[in-house]
Amino acid sequence: MMDVKRRYVIPGDVIATGPLRPEQNVYQDGDRMISTCVGISEIFENSVKVIPLTGGYMPKTNDLVIGKVIGTSPLSWEFDINSCFVGFLPAQDVFGRDYSPTKDELKQRLDIGDLVATRIANFDRSRDPLLTVQDRDLGKIESGELVTISPSKVPRLIGKRGSMIQTIEMATKAIITIGQNGWIVISCEDSEGLLKAVEAVKMIDALAHTPNLTERVKSMLGVSDGENNDTIND
Amino acid sequence: MVKIMTQLMTEDGIRCDGRRLDELRNISIKVGVLKNADGSAYIEFGKNKILAGVFGPRDVHPKHMANPDSGILRCRYHMSPFSVTERKNPAPSRREIEISKVIKEALQPAVILKDYPRTVIDVFIEVLQADGGSRCAALDAAAVALADAGIPMRDLVSACAAGKVADRIVLDVNNEEDQEGQADMPVALMPNMGKITLLQLDGMLKPEEFKTCMQTALVGCKRVYEVQRKALMEKYFQNGEQ
Repeated sequence: MMDVKRRYVIPGDVIATGPLRPEQNVYQDGDRMISTCVGISEIFENSVKVIPLTGGYMPKTNDLVIGKVIGTSPLSWEFDINSCFVGFLPAQDVFGRDYSPTKDELKQRLDIGDLVATRIANFDRSRDPLLTVQDRDLGKIESGELVTISPSKVPRLIGKRGSMIQTIEMATKAIITIGQNGWIVISCEDSEGLLKAVEAVKMIDALAHTPNLTERVKSMLGVSDGENNDTIND
Repeated sequence: MVKIMTQLMTEDGIRCDGRRLDELRNISIKVGVLKNADGSAYIEFGKNKILAGVFGPRDVHPKHMANPDSGILRCRYHMSPFSVTERKNPAPSRREIEISKVIKEALQPAVILKDYPRTVIDVFIEVLQADGGSRCAALDAAAVALADAGIPMRDLVSACAAGKVADRIVLDVNNEEDQEGQADMPVALMPNMGKITLLQLDGMLKPEEFKTCMQTALVGCKRVYEVQRKALMEKYFQNGEQ
């Protein structure tokens, strides 16, 4: 019964009228649902949303983001997370509760310029986003290639239930860490695989709005169509 | 006066540049022309050539301007020294400061600033060649550039002027008509919401003339909107069908 109606919209376009719930990038004016950005609108049974095709990254609690250390204060690190807000990582998050500014040196753990995979612990717009590295797979990134794509295209890179990213990882044997902020770190032992994975990610960034993207990426990577078809067509 | 009128318009309503009374100049808009800006647009509106670049949302400097409850919008309209026949001093003139202000106020109702507290959205407009009605053209480009930057907006803003030339109401006043004509009225409209965000009038109109002038300008705005829409569609969807 999931009848999703898709349409290309620009700001101001009326997507639907009626008792629906406005979600991502939708503004409600009376009973009209209006798109607030350039993107693809989706109408569900009782809600409307627009998948944006442009725009910066807006932090959301629980997002995995890749950040770059841009500064330290006695009690925290400051991160560039490719957003209009600066991310804060408290020193206690790394050193534990008995952190003391007189004893421990922040720069020994994370120095300016380091890339770190972090998760957004809290963000409510009135204060800058609070980051954490207290989780599996989080922490300083030691090696890999940083690729920057538009944050609005990250969902496309992941694909439905991770189908797109799985395709790339399987074909190139690369390990890809995707930050929701559009920063992606690709590491691969095989240099050819690395180049291919980088190329695939850049291709998705450029062609995110076109249909049959999975097929195109597959043919670029030289994956035959029969392989793992079940993960793509669901 | 009679002499000027015959110059500006023929008996059967053909204007000095060959247009009919309700005809717009040629408009073309290109989206995303500047790599370093978050969003940009280039408009050719008749002989007007205008670039608009949008930056942000980003940190506010100076910090005291920041608003903890909502974002702020800053706008700079600037004419290049070579945009007019006689060299224009590049320092912001009284006129440019005024136009920056009215453009900012015309865009503000459309932009949803509440989503980005403590930040600023900067709009830079550079007039490369001016030919009358540049504030409307600048506004059209700025609205498209904002949409290109992915700034949430309630609606686009489309602007177009109307005026009175040789005792007749005309759409889209050009430079000669602006200099010699009797009235010039720039209007900006949020086309889907049907709300007017800019209304200025230079000259004098009778109440009935004002009404016709307004109707003419609104028709113009809607035509401009179609061009804006087409430009955005071309950039993002290559005009593909859904």
